[in-house]
Amino acid sequence: MMRLPRFRYHAPATLGEAAAILQGEGSQAMVVAGGTDLYPNMKRRHQTPKTLIGLRKIDALRGVKGSPARGLWIGPATILTDLEESALVREHYPGLYEAIHSISTPILRNMGTIGGNICLDTRCNYYNQNYEWRRAINFCMKCDGDTCWVAPGSDVCLAVSSSDTAPILCAFGARIQLVSKKGTRTIEAKDLYRRDGIDYLTKRSDEILAGITLPPAARWRSSYRKLRRREAFDFPVLGVAACVRFDGEIVAEARLWLGAVSMAPVEAAEAQAALVGRRLTEETIEEAARLAYPLAKPVDNTDFGLRWRKEMTRHFVREALLEVGPPGSPSGRGN
Amino acid sequence: MPQNVKRRRGRGRDSAAASHSSRSKVHLRLRVNGEEQEVACAPHSTLLEVLREDLRLTGTKHGCELGECGTCTVLLDGRPQLSCLLLTLECEGRPIVTVEGLAEGPRPHPLQIAFAELGAAQCGYCTPGILCAARSLLDARPSPTRQEIREALSGNLCRCTGYLKIFEAVELAARRMKDPAAQPSEETLHGRRL
Ligand SMILES: Cc1cc2nc3c(=O)[nH]c(=O)nc-3n(C[C@H](O)[C@H](O)[C@H](O)COP(=O)(O)OP(=O)(O)OC[C@H]3O[C@@H](n4cnc5c(N)ncnc54)[C@H](O)[C@@H]3O)c2cc1C
Ligand code: SF4
Ligand code: FES
Ligand code: FES
Repeated sequence: MMRLPRFRYHAPATLGEAAAILQGEGSQAMVVAGGTDLYPNMKRRHQTPKTLIGLRKIDALRGVKGSPARGLWIGPATILTDLEESALVREHYPGLYEAIHSISTPILRNMGTIGGNICLDTRCNYYNQNYEWRRAINFCMKCDGDTCWVAPGSDVCLAVSSSDTAPILCAFGARIQLVSKKGTRTIEAKDLYRRDGIDYLTKRSDEILAGITLPPAARWRSSYRKLRRREAFDFPVLGVAACVRFDGEIVAEARLWLGAVSMAPVEAAEAQAALVGRRLTEETIEEAARLAYPLAKPVDNTDFGLRWRKEMTRHFVREALLEVGPPGSPSGRGN
Repeated sequence: MPQNVKRRRGRGRDSAAASHSSRSKVHLRLRVNGEEQEVACAPHSTLLEVLREDLRLTGTKHGCELGECGTCTVLLDGRPQLSCLLLTLECEGRPIVTVEGLAEGPRPHPLQIAFAELGAAQCGYCTPGILCAARSLLDARPSPTRQEIREALSGNLCRCTGYLKIFEAVELAARRMKDPAAQPSEETLHGRRL
């Protein structure tokens, strides 16, 4: 059996209590929501927190509130299946719905939460292995060792940001509320991430994700396309998130983010700029795809060959934008 | 979905909060297959470990133990979940159904009969998890389409059957639950005529 290491367990009923325990225990403590990322990691001895703080009993961290006109508030401990079933999410933020629906399997989505997905540990073939396997290669820089086996000269870890919701939340301009004993701060989703496979979040270890807010959905259309080997179970090898706001037929604002191609989600700024002020046609979409795909610089630490993954970025950007479609197209892409 | 936070406020804050040290065992009341069971287990034990090692309910299988295969699937709160990634102490008081609890009295569940009849279980290692996931599907959708079955079972790997027999067995069970005389289709029994 692969057993969990020992830990002390707390299940506080309020956010205040959870923050107080986290503050008191320092970096030895971690929070756990669904555990679908943390428990496998603990079984492989990637993380061995002395104290775990379960969030399941904190009602104030769950649910979806708001409206497409005012924007949504999503509790980070909301189970992914419950979000999939929310008509607010499905009808008005279809890109977010698609990202959630593509995560792992229906059974894991009955357990995992969106907050856990946002904070998902970065992934690498040399890291996501059990303790004995890792010991056999003398470990790596991200955990227990000091060499990076993907790029031995590198002084940063290149483990991949593999969250499906991260790129679409960045594209929507979502805001993340972080709560600690010291107070509350709210940051843009894109500022939560850092291009460092080890220290991949700007969140401090005493901070708890307490809320995710999405701006009003009015006139935004969105989509998410994901590349992976199997249609279930597998993490993204590439994720493309697209959000477009139209003014009549003309693109007023475009946001295009790539997931799983780097240590953090990547914004395709040039491609975004190329769409603004124009119609979404085969030609403008092709141009955006051509500008976006050089940003994908995959390294050899996930699935599939490098050149093919890079080439697929172009196709997936094109598909994501075709799916968004011009306003009024019948695809149910939001508003 | 728990959108209405107020509804639950009445529950006492003290009774809901709980802490457990890493060494001492925790005493828990579990509701497994409709029976109340008392167990004493380590706080870090998973539901899979307690089911198999303490309660001797070895119908639930252990495979990868990392969430990657689905063979450890049980129903918790009526939803299929992976017992290898559930902390037992998080399951206290919540209804748990394992493959041993699918039978209705002395009669196996229609899914179990259909699986045996159509060869949907070969080595059988994936079968307990698949039966639990399929039971939850049929509870929610008594007449699922082939696509709905594929999707509902997409978190359960099977290395033997190629899945087709499994899908056909779920379809047969669904039909039999409405019409006990329902028979497997000609194609299921003899293959497609050319
Ligand atoms: C086989 C398998 C396949 C998977 N496939 C995918 C996939 O395709 N795409 C994908 O994106 N993910 C995938 N996952 C990962 C995981 O299931 C999901 O990302 C899930 O949403 C994680 O949520 P959780 O609640 O279970 O997280 P947990 O495991 O509870 O937590 C994950 C991390 O987030 C932290 N955390 C959780 N909640 C908070 C909070 N409120 N505040 C601060 N920190 C917090 C935890 O401390 C931990 O570090 C897969 C997992 C498995 C086992
Ligand atoms: S990128 Fe390098 S340091 Fe990071 S997990 Fe992989 S091998 Fe380890
Ligand atoms: S044993 Fe639980 S998913 Fe494989
Ligand atoms: S019957 Fe052997 S794994 Fe499914």
